[in-house]
Amino acid sequence: MSDQTEAAAAAASDTAPERRLNMIEAINEALDIMLARDPDVIIMGEDVGYFGGVFRATAGLQARHGKTRVFDTPISECGIIGVAVGMGAYGLRPVPEIQFADYIYPGLDQLISEAARLRYRSAGDFIAPLTVRSPFGGGIFGGQTHSQSPEAIFTHVSGLKTVIPSTPHDAKGLLIAAIEDNDPVIFFEPKRIYNGPFTGFYDKPVEPWKKHADSVVPEGYYRIPLGKARIVRAGEAMTVLTYGTMVHVAEAVCTAKGVDAEIIDLRTLVPLDIEAIEASVEKTGRCMIVHEATRTSGFGAELSALVTERCFYHLEAPVERVTGFDTPYPHSLEWAYFPGPIRIGDAIDKLLSE
Amino acid sequence: MADPADPANQPAPAGEGNRPALALHVPEPNYRPGDTVDFSDIAIGTAGAQPRPDESAHPSQMGELAYSLIRVLGDDDQAHGPWNPRLDPETLRQMLGHMAMVRAFDERMFRGQRQGKTSFYMKCTGEEATSIAPAMALASDDMVFPSYRQQGILIARGYPLLDMINQIYSNKADKLKGRQLPIMYSSRDHSFFSISGNLATQTPQAVGWAMASAIKGDSRIAATWVGEGSTAEGDFHSACTFAAVYNAPVILNIVNNQWAISSFSGFAGAERTTFAARGLGYGIAALRVDGNDALACFAAAQWAANRARANHGPTLIEYFTYRAEGHSTSDDPSGYRSAQEREEWPLGDPVTRLKAHLIAIGEWDEQRHAGMDLECAELVKATTKEAEKNGILGHGLHHPFHTMFEDVYEELPWHLEEQADQAIRERIAKFGTERPFG
Ligand SMILES: Cc1ncc(C[n+]2csc(CCOP(=O)(O)OP(=O)(O)O)c2C)c(N)n1
Ligand SMILES: [Mg+2]
Repeated sequence: MSDQTEAAAAAASDTAPERRLNMIEAINEALDIMLARDPDVIIMGEDVGYFGGVFRATAGLQARHGKTRVFDTPISECGIIGVAVGMGAYGLRPVPEIQFADYIYPGLDQLISEAARLRYRSAGDFIAPLTVRSPFGGGIFGGQTHSQSPEAIFTHVSGLKTVIPSTPHDAKGLLIAAIEDNDPVIFFEPKRIYNGPFTGFYDKPVEPWKKHADSVVPEGYYRIPLGKARIVRAGEAMTVLTYGTMVHVAEAVCTAKGVDAEIIDLRTLVPLDIEAIEASVEKTGRCMIVHEATRTSGFGAELSALVTERCFYHLEAPVERVTGFDTPYPHSLEWAYFPGPIRIGDAIDKLLSE
Repeated sequence: MADPADPANQPAPAGEGNRPALALHVPEPNYRPGDTVDFSDIAIGTAGAQPRPDESAHPSQMGELAYSLIRVLGDDDQAHGPWNPRLDPETLRQMLGHMAMVRAFDERMFRGQRQGKTSFYMKCTGEEATSIAPAMALASDDMVFPSYRQQGILIARGYPLLDMINQIYSNKADKLKGRQLPIMYSSRDHSFFSISGNLATQTPQAVGWAMASAIKGDSRIAATWVGEGSTAEGDFHSACTFAAVYNAPVILNIVNNQWAISSFSGFAGAERTTFAARGLGYGIAALRVDGNDALACFAAAQWAANRARANHGPTLIEYFTYRAEGHSTSDDPSGYRSAQEREEWPLGDPVTRLKAHLIAIGEWDEQRHAGMDLECAELVKATTKEAEKNGILGHGLHHPFHTMFEDVYEELPWHLEEQADQAIRERIAKFGTERPFG
């Protein structure tokens, strides 16, 4: 838990019993709070209105806040993002949902050429304060069109911020901060951990969030600043840079192998918490990067370059990257594709043997 | 309670003067869970009443057909009017047989998903005529670019059931090597394009295929199917523009089953006009058809095929039908629509209607129908058993790990070879070397 929210949580615990939410409930609560706080916040997307979203993230919001604040849209991602840019130009703060990250591509021109550059090209005359929420990542046997992790496409675009939570607690605080941010934010939600912190041991039962410390979610408004990483656990032997579902997988593997790793959940990819990364790598001298996305030109490549450029003289071994393979996400061979415990374990062994 | 977001309940923004406050319209379906359904406002017209223009007609001369409903099968179960395709009884029985087979197949596969044999399934219940009848009206080598709900085309074209089930189970005999989500079939041999999970992408592709066929002086035409909800995607509008500009020999089929997951057709524009009318704006011939009337579906597709083949250009067809079941195995429609809709649907059920027609003309009876249903169910069951020998999802009988890296490119680059080695090392670490596949 970060400092700011610890205070909020402590304050809340004086009055209210500890509440545990799963990630969907935390996201729903963040949206509910922002709709209530800011009349300019609106939510739209395919099936988000009456039904409350195919993952239920917007359940109940239309009934509570009205049909002109939370509404369904035509099936046009280009339209959804394009009208969000226009609403932003008016002064609203749209929070569009793209049903799956795999379906964001028809909206890319509006995101990349328009939303991302509006502030720059108009010299601040217009801004695009939208937060595009979208479930991403695999591990649900969704095949190639319900499993992708396309974050690096967005981190490559100047003007966009990219945020990925890994716990219910963070999902709420980060989403509130993203909505309040005046720049366009891509908010990718790791759908594999909506209901529980998947550890990558796919043949073992998944624990629900309720058994995890970070499912304690304070009531009411709080924000976790964008650009601030979270130290999941401190350690000396190596630094693990990761985000989303892979935070839990990496942690479980380090625990299983008894490795004293320092695990950093980046939470925001752009802007990146470079200070936290540098401080950790300078301390441990070894760095492993873990993401589910494909390897080539993945965000791990950026992280590896940064660590090498900035911490070179502290490194005792080459940086290790553990990623998905450079193929479309397969269906039947999902677990062969997924960067699970064995792949991570191999990288840890290699990193520690150098 | 007053809706605080309603502009009527808000003070007028500064600087507005005496201009009236604007208000946003958000579509709302007529019926939600628990509501009593009354579809009497849906204008369905009389079977046989719609004129049938020549296949060379200019779109502007047949505009009315984009707003009415072409219907052939009347309440008397007889075929009526100029759109009656006058099919011989054997063909009619074949059509009925395909529809019964699709229904039996859907039942069993849905159940298989519930039993954990695969991850996902989608039925086309109530919409069988919209794929089977057009498939029968096309030549078997005309190229089709379907969405995920046209399993009827494969059945009509004689694609082996066993191959379908192997694909659904993602097993070691799956022709798509376990790569695709269930039902995302592909079969070049059956002129059936690979199905994408991304909506409407197939529509401009069909136009491009048709343009290629025209460039080459070929005689084959193309057809594509897209849901009414998906017509909102830009791809669909690009398809219409290109089809019109190049007068492409293509049929653009819109299956208007009223729902796109939880969103009713109003979110694709149905409160304003028909889907067929989209065609008119582009200068494309447009037909709006009773999608639960297999004969009308056949006749419309045949008209469009004749038109395309004679170089008179594209046709857009709206099949007006109803999605009788959930969107997929991941969906429960009781959360957003009235269960009564299905019962009250004024255009009935396509299988029941064709069956009644065949009986009315003395070419069929209840006993034969029951026998056919049983035969379909037994064939599907036996084929399912056969497919299970090749494995079900997640039970180890899958394609070798190396296949995961094949077909990304024509040849494997070094980095994929390295990753394939890693995948196989991981497999051995987990399962040992004695494992037969991998
Ligand atoms: C580009 C894209 N956006 C969103 C989705 C998610 N999605 C899958 S099916 C569907 C509804 C489609 O409805 P419709 O076009 O009416 O076809 P139907 O399911 O009724 O046959 C949606 C929104 C998708 N597959 N692709
Ligand atoms: Mg539909």
